[in-house]
Amino acid sequence: MSARFIVGDRVRVRQAYPPGHVRTPYYVRGKEGVVSRMIAEHPNPEERAYGRDGLPPVPVYRVLFRQNDLWQDYQGPEGDTTELDIQEHWLGPLEEDGG
Amino acid sequence: MSETHSHDDDWPYPHPQQPDIEDGPLTELMIMIDAVAELLIDKEVFSADDMRRTLEAIDSKSPAEGARMVAHAWLDPDFKARMLEDVNAAAEEMSIDAGTIPILAVENTKDIHNVIVCTLCSCYPKYLLGLPPDWYKSRAYRSRLVREPRAVLKEFGTEIPDDVEVRVHDSTAELRYMILPMRPKGTEDMDEEALAGLVTRDCMIGVTVIDRD
Repeated sequence: MSARFIVGDRVRVRQAYPPGHVRTPYYVRGKEGVVSRMIAEHPNPEERAYGRDGLPPVPVYRVLFRQNDLWQDYQGPEGDTTELDIQEHWLGPLEEDGG
Repeated sequence: MSETHSHDDDWPYPHPQQPDIEDGPLTELMIMIDAVAELLIDKEVFSADDMRRTLEAIDSKSPAEGARMVAHAWLDPDFKARMLEDVNAAAEEMSIDAGTIPILAVENTKDIHNVIVCTLCSCYPKYLLGLPPDWYKSRAYRSRLVREPRAVLKEFGTEIPDDVEVRVHDSTAELRYMILPMRPKGTEDMDEEALAGLVTRDCMIGVTVIDRD
């Protein structure tokens, strides 16, 4: 599988609430961020949690979010950020939906 | 639980009882862990000694391993570059076993202060920092660090100036994180071992910075 995004791409996290062993925290769903680093492909933990092999492996990215985009009433300087690892199927380009 | 008692006949007041570990509630999960472990041993997937050996190895890890790497990185810029690229491989150079889960080191600079959390569970770079402190696993730390990091840092006695970016790393997926702290001023004459002695667990989690005063 080839990676869909590159470092610097603006992305939006899917706003979806599937059941199961999901590693995308609620607080970033529907939020926009920037791809900051590529991480190697990994077997999908959403599948592996149920005894399946999680293949093919899924590209994982580090995505950087501005705190002010995550929290409407963030009490801190403009520049503060949160960075986390997100699997490719949880990301879409910024234009794709309105969040 | 042991009986309330006094140690000395002349001193009639008993001290409060300390609960034994069995006095805590036995949760369903604890029963399940014991049952699964017994089954795996009965079915000879591994032996009781294998399990004990593994637990002992996990318990023997300590922040000293991470601290050695930080001190080495401060003194050797090439090593630091390799560590920022691949912590596990860099650890191997120093004969430190960093485990199989990839660890990413993030570097504090004069412009960025990094701090780690795992909001979903309690992921932690155990191979380099040992077992996590209880507060790292608490709901309060896990939910508040992403929401109000500066308030949480302040409770640890750490005030980050407003012109320094606070960057929270949430260990949600495949990586574990550790912080590469800034080398404090006035340490130019110190050797690697002395430098490693300055590097604490909490500064590699990022809830504090190294202060020599």
